Amino acid sequence: MHANPNDQTLSVQGINKRYGTFQALNDVGIDVKRGEFLTLLGPSGSGKTTLLMSVAGFIQPDSGRIMLGAQDITFAAPEKRNFGMVFQGYALFPHLKVRENVAFPLKMRGIRGAAATKSVAEALELVGLADKGERYPRELSGGQQQRVALARAIVFQPHLLLLDEPLSALDTQLRGQLQTELKRLHRAVGLTFIYVTHDQGEALSMSDRIAVMKDGRIVQLGAPSALYNRPANRFVAEFLGVENFLPERLTGRQGLLAVRASALSLAGKAGRISARVSDLDYHGAEIRYTAQTECGLSLRFNLSLRDAAHVPQENENVTLDWQEKDALPFPAA
Amino acid sequence: MRILANPMLRYWLLIAPALLAMAVFYFYPISHVLWMSVTLPEPGVSNFESLAASRSVQRMLWTTLRIAVLSTMISLILAYFVAYVISTVDERRRRLLFMGVVISLWISVLVRAFAWFALLRNDGLINQALIGMGLIDRPLPLMWNEFAVLVGMVHYMLPLAILPLYSGMQSIDPRLVAAARGLGASRMTAFWKIWFPLTLPGVFAASILVFIYSLGFYVTPALLGGGKKMMVAEYIKVQILEVVNWGLGSALATLLLIFVLVTLAIVSRVVDLRKVFGAG
Repeated sequence: MHANPNDQTLSVQGINKRYGTFQALNDVGIDVKRGEFLTLLGPSGSGKTTLLMSVAGFIQPDSGRIMLGAQDITFAAPEKRNFGMVFQGYALFPHLKVRENVAFPLKMRGIRGAAATKSVAEALELVGLADKGERYPRELSGGQQQRVALARAIVFQPHLLLLDEPLSALDTQLRGQLQTELKRLHRAVGLTFIYVTHDQGEALSMSDRIAVMKDGRIVQLGAPSALYNRPANRFVAEFLGVENFLPERLTGRQGLLAVRASALSLAGKAGRISARVSDLDYHGAEIRYTAQTECGLSLRFNLSLRDAAHVPQENENVTLDWQEKDALPFPAA
Repeated sequence: MRILANPMLRYWLLIAPALLAMAVFYFYPISHVLWMSVTLPEPGVSNFESLAASRSVQRMLWTTLRIAVLSTMISLILAYFVAYVISTVDERRRRLLFMGVVISLWISVLVRAFAWFALLRNDGLINQALIGMGLIDRPLPLMWNEFAVLVGMVHYMLPLAILPLYSGMQSIDPRLVAAARGLGASRMTAFWKIWFPLTLPGVFAASILVFIYSLGFYVTPALLGGGKKMMVAEYIKVQILEVVNWGLGSALATLLLIFVLVTLAIVSRVVDLRKVFGAG
């Protein structure tokens, strides 16, 4: 059909999707660059999965277009799009062996025999499961099942790979390990990845670009460092883990000032904020504090035990300060 | 009361009444029937010899097997559609459809057989309607034949087939079909390669259940077959109550029992029977 399908970029143009009175997608537009790792990040109900499913072809938008290169695929059947997909919970076929699961998309494309066997072996090799081909999915661990799902989604060299919260069912340690592996895989196969998650850490560590979604809209789109350092509004800042929002009367400047717990520190007598410690949690090398100001604002700050001259206890009065370079000003929200 | 301290003993005491009732009212009569088949009118296997020699018995057994196989197949196909629909519609419709299935299970088999009477008779609803529309001038022979027996039996067996099929389908992750399509399978291929194989344990369970029920079915074949198409259960009743040939009747009952047990034994090599009958 096309000389090199990977030359085509995916372009989502002003799509809307409504369920009754609920606007799941509200005029969403985004161009996905060739070979990039794009993450759709947002809380549940933000529209990120609806957007992914529209791209996959399982949901038809009410209006707008989805283009693959010059081709309008808005209403194309899922099986005609040639996209790889990794589902939440993997969706491996339980009655087929690992090898047969991975061979399934090849079989659907009429690829059989030696060519298929070779591709399956390569895909399993790529995810480190070369020796598990004859097993059934239920005989594998969660992490291994996840890798099979990945192998199955890339074995037929799809135009792009869609991943719907693929790591959400795994424990923290395994998740970190698979994040690294996914990044390696992304570099190795050079495919375009569209990745859905509600985990900001996952998004920040893996993505080339992140689209933060809220109420069916993309509220900010950019590289992880851009989002982290210059969140466009309070929602994005909070979602990316900014804990403190200081009002005008504490800072003496217009609008809100966002300061991370890691950037707020104990400051002898010269600090600009005084507060009383209400709670503290030990996290190995650091202590995470919650403190209340006189006007009832709750603040979070961290103290590294290594360079702490004094460790405040509960109900102790402290003064806090921050450096301007670590603070993010917002227009009043 | 020291005896009750043993937990195993307490469990046995709990099931003892049911066990006793089964022994007295079920196992004793059955073993009595088995005993009669080799003792009446005289000890020996003469009853089984005459069964093997009789053409009419062979014809009747063949009819029984054919009707059981046919009604199992037809029930399974129809039930598969119903179970599929129930497992895919929304919650409200599912409850409604489920009610329909269970209610038809609760209506007496006798009432249902007589309802078919009203529909299938020569002056029944169907024939009257067809004649009224001028499509036929003589009533179609819908009653007292194999067709009527099959209709009645399939009607009875449907819920028995739907329930195990549905329970099997319900446990299938609906994302599997979506995954298959995302990987390039058409609707039909996704159904045949993914959905259908995953429903096979349910199909198997439903088949065994319906087939065994059909083999020994009495009321519906007796009423709708009108004595012309006799199945084994009715033949046994005729032998015992009308011909008063206890030996031959109990020999047939023994044969039926053995056939069912052998079927189950073969099947149990392939599937876990406890799952088929709803345990585990």
